[in-house]
Amino acid sequence: MTRALVNVPKTAKRGEVIEIRAMIQHVMETGYREGPNGVMIPRHIIKRFVCKYGGEEIFSAELFPAIAANPFLSFSAVASESGTITFEWTDDKGETQTASADITVT
Amino acid sequence: MNSNTTRPTLEQAIRSFTGGKQVIDGRVKFQISPLVENGNAVPVTVEVDSPMTAENHVRRIALFNEKNPQADVAIFHLGPRAGRAKVSTRIRLATSQAVVALAETSDGGFWSSKANVVVTLAACIEDVSQA
Repeated sequence: MTRALVNVPKTAKRGEVIEIRAMIQHVMETGYREGPNGVMIPRHIIKRFVCKYGGEEIFSAELFPAIAANPFLSFSAVASESGTITFEWTDDKGETQTASADITVT
Repeated sequence: MNSNTTRPTLEQAIRSFTGGKQVIDGRVKFQISPLVENGNAVPVTVEVDSPMTAENHVRRIALFNEKNPQADVAIFHLGPRAGRAKVSTRIRLATSQAVVALAETSDGGFWSSKANVVVTLAACIEDVSQA
């Protein structure tokens, strides 16, 4: 797939609630639009997003065609330990795209 | 337009999410502009009043719409490690309509908040015949 942008603070205090933002380039074609030839443009959307912190799932989302193109998500997490936060997007063709960010917790 | 496919009503969509349980109005803070120019990307933020502890947290947050071709918008899964029950995204609105945010808490309760949005430029459907 394409470009993904994630935003995680580099450092945080233990127990602090941090804000995480993630965005990915994707058409999110609804399947409700007609192309110039009058034929429906087939649906092509990201269906699932998962965020893991230290290997454990902390947030996930099921997305539908009503999510805007280039899906943006913002959510929070408790800074529990230093480690890696991983992101995974899966579309309805089964393609996945991943991103990750490291956080140092003091 | 897509009149050949029937979508569930907003109430049916909510019922399928709650399993028919009672939904109480409250605890959910739903931020969405009451008037949007572009229905293709409408910023929304849902915040649920919850301590987000292991014993008492928000399990799921769902968004449903009234008049898009499909009632579902998104379902978010949270847990105590989220720290705060707050989610933001950008949604599509095909026309002026109501949007509902629902939260399921760890004790099995359902809470909601409804917003009415006027859309001046619609998303999803581009009907050239009306141009």
